[in-house]
This record gives sequence, C-alpha cells and structure tokens, in this order.
Amino acid sequence: MKHSPRQIIDGFWSLLTGMRITLGQFFKPTVTVQYPHESLKMPTRFRGHIVFVRDPETGKSLCIACKACEKACPSDCIVVDGIKREGEKRKSVTDFKLDFTKCSLCGSCVEVCPTDALEFSRAYNLASVSKEQFHCIDLVKRLEQE
Amino acid sequence: MRFITLCVRTLAVSESNFISAAEHAGETFVLNLGPQHPATHGVLRVKLTMDGEYITRAEPVPGYIHRMHEKMGENRNYAQFLPNTSRIDYLSAMHYTHAFVGVVERAAKLEVPPRAEYIRVITSELNRISSHLVWFGAFLLDLGGFTPLLYAFDDREKILDLLEGITGSRLTYCYYRFGGVCNDIDDEFIRGTRAFLEEMRPRLKLYRELVTDNIILRKRLIDIGPISAELCRKYGATGPVIRGAGVPYDVRRSEPYSVYPELDFVVPTHAEGDCMARYLVRMEEMGQSLRIIEQALDRLPEGPVLGKAPKTVKLPPGDYCYAVEAARGRFMVRVISDGKEIPYRVKLRAPSFSNLSLFEEASQGMMLPDALAVMGSLDLVIPDIDR
Repeated sequence: MKHSPRQIIDGFWSLLTGMRITLGQFFKPTVTVQYPHESLKMPTRFRGHIVFVRDPETGKSLCIACKACEKACPSDCIVVDGIKREGEKRKSVTDFKLDFTKCSLCGSCVEVCPTDALEFSRAYNLASVSKEQFHCIDLVKRLEQE
Repeated sequence: MRFITLCVRTLAVSESNFISAAEHAGETFVLNLGPQHPATHGVLRVKLTMDGEYITRAEPVPGYIHRMHEKMGENRNYAQFLPNTSRIDYLSAMHYTHAFVGVVERAAKLEVPPRAEYIRVITSELNRISSHLVWFGAFLLDLGGFTPLLYAFDDREKILDLLEGITGSRLTYCYYRFGGVCNDIDDEFIRGTRAFLEEMRPRLKLYRELVTDNIILRKRLIDIGPISAELCRKYGATGPVIRGAGVPYDVRRSEPYSVYPELDFVVPTHAEGDCMARYLVRMEEMGQSLRIIEQALDRLPEGPVLGKAPKTVKLPPGDYCYAVEAARGRFMVRVISDGKEIPYRVKLRAPSFSNLSLFEEASQGMMLPDALAVMGSLDLVIPDIDR
C-alpha cells in the first residue's frame, strides 16, 4: 500500500500528540485507592440493607408493626410481626425478617415507614460463604445484639 | 410421516430462495459472535454467515437476558415498578425512571414543582454524560485501544460519586418519584457539579486530541458502515444513530418534556451516516449536556422537590404514553390502565432494540472487523434489548 507524505506526517503527529498526553498523565496525582488497605467514606445517603433505628428514650425499636413496608416492598422480602403489649399505646415489633437475597435496595420500605423506624446501613462489604446468612436477616435480633 | 417429510422439504426449498450464491454453493460457514464475546458487551449473540472474511448474513439472537420487565409491570403497583425502570438500561437509569414517572404524572395529572424538574434535568444530563463515557471507552476497546477507557472511567467516576451523594446508589438510582424527586440536592452536589463542568471541558478537548484526531481511529471509522436516514426510518432507529445520519430528531426538541424547552442547546447532527458521524454526534452531545447542566444550575429555583401525590396511585382508565430522549435514543413507556392499582399493560419501547434490528441489513457484505465497529457505534446495551 502506498502512503502519501501527508499521511505519514499525520501519523507522526498523532503519535506525538498521544505521547504528549500520556506523558502528561505521569505528573497528575494518583486516583487509585488501595482498596483493602484503605477505603473511601460512604456517603450519608448510601443505600445498604435496612436496619432498625433505636429509640433514644427506650433503647428499643421504633417499629409499630404496621406492615406498611411489607406491602410496599416490590420483591416481598420483608416479613413483620408484632403484638400489642398491655399498658402500651402502640403495637411493638416481635419479628422483622429481611430476605436480603431478594432485596433490590430500592428503599421503598424506608420511605413508607410512618414512624421512621428503618434506615439504611453503611455496610457494603457483604460477603459470605453460605447463602443462608442472607436469606433471613433478623433485624430485631440485630438491634438487641448491638 | 410422509406428510412431515414433505413439509420439511417444502420449508427447505422456500428458505433457499433467500440464500446467496456463495451460500448455495456451500462455500460459506457460520460464525457465532457471542453470547460471550467481549465485543458484544453482555450476552448478545449474532449468527454470522461468512463468505471468507465477508458477512453475507447477520442474524441477531437476542433474549439471553430477558427478565420480563413488561410482565413484572403487570403484577405490581405503579410505585413498586419504579426500581425496575433503572434496571432496563443500567447505563442511563435516570432517563428510564423519568419516562415512567412521566407517564404516571401525565395520566394522574400530578403537579411537579419547578425545582424538581430542574433537578431531573441536571441528573438526567449527568447520567447521559456518564453513559456516553462508558460507550466511548467500550467502543474504543472494541476497536483495540485500551487507554481511552481509563480516561473515560476516571471522568465517569466523578459523575457516579456526585450521583451517589444525592441518590445513595451508583447505577440503579431510582431517584425520581411521582410528583418530584425523593431527596433534595445539597450545596455539596451543586459545588461538585460546577467543579465537574470546569474539569470536563478540557477533558473533552483532550479526547479530541488523543482519540478523535488520531489517524488510526479516523481510518477505522470514516466511511465505514454507512447507515442512511432511510434505513433508520425503516427500522425505527433513534438517538445518535439517526442523528449520525443527518436527521435532527431529538425527543427533547420534537416532543418537549420537563423544562427542556426553556433551555438553550443544539442537537448535533452529522450527515455522513458512517461510524465517525455517530462517534462525533455522541462526543458533541457531551458538550451540549454540559451546557444544559450549567444553565439548569443557574436557573435552579428554590422550593419543594416533591409535589402532592396520592399514597396509592390509581390512574383513570385509558392509554397513556410518555417518551424521553435516553442516551441511546427514544425511550417510551406506554401504560394501559383499567382504573386499578395495578396497570393492565406496561409497554417499554427500548431504543437499543430498534438500533440493533438495522444491523442485519447494514452489515451485508461488510468485513468482520468493520461490522464490529458498526456494532460498537450503535451503542447497544443488551439488557435494554431484551428487557
């Protein structure tokens, strides 16, 4: 194939421009974060899996077991149960199970909650050797253990 | 039994009418491109009938990542379908959610506060830039250039960080609600976006010097894979594909929605119709998106971000449509309601599907490496094709 001198000049020019930009990058600050050793701060609105908010007065959950989140969930991954104890105005939650294998982290449950009893966790390093660990995240037990 | 044999024979004879001379002589072979080919970016399979290095027939086989989004729309209420919309085309999730909330707002006659409309425009355009940056990196990866991907993802990371800050998610945002958006934007986001606009303009210049003016890319793209405006019309191709064929069709201008009519921007077109034209259209669109974001930030009004919306959305019986300009072209949602909480039918008109369907005709007689360049320039997102 014959090349015109113009093409050869163009080719050299492309090469030189490319090299100039590439070399320029050497002097730019590094953007890579060495992940396992250092990690970025999660933004405040980060959507992890849901957790209970602790009532600052009683130390218990704010949940009134109204099942609004159960109805709002598009993937049916929440099961809530509660009882009405004597001497209390509202129902209190006894069972709140999240099937995290089905959850798509849309946040409908958090939005729909009338008492703001749910929030997103900041946990993003979620890994396990068995699927069972995510089948059933018990939010009540989690709150008690904390 | 004899009847079946006869039927099979008749079928074989009738099919042979469409077979080319080389195919008839048995000189062709079938090449499977995908479903696990790096250049098809996902699970698209194309059955190529090759005559040596040339394609005589290309038959796309979609459906490997079909998730029944339309059917899922029919068995859940309107609010529950919202998270689905960002998963149809995961690269331009904002636009898809916009179309769905748009159709509900149009049908239920919901008011959207002006601040929410401006926030929608800002986030949509940021999403368009990030989507085009992924295309830019992946397209050049297809053509054999690795480095531009790293530059593109460096810039895209800034957009994802900004959007993560306000929506809480990096890809499947689910940020819009019926009647507005779910979170207000903060000063940090506005500052960050303005800083991004400042940083992005020199980067677009850098892309031009490094990639667009590069002689290797120009030789790879100029006059390759011409797609005429007629072909686009025939198959319903939209977005940068039809604009790369010289037709200034942009839903933001032809069927104005949101606050786009108030904003000043041009619809970039290139009449050549080759891969380079589609490439240039997308690169210029990024510049235009920056202009839109800048104007929207300047005009951003104060006020609420979420208007009044009923707790359970019920649309009056009827047939409703809403189209938006997604990063790949016209995305339209059609909802048929029978007055219940759950839609009777949700039809999603995805741009990638139409853009792919012209590939069969456009790739006739093309060399394989050129066909891959054409496929890259169509900017296909496979979950968008299959839905």
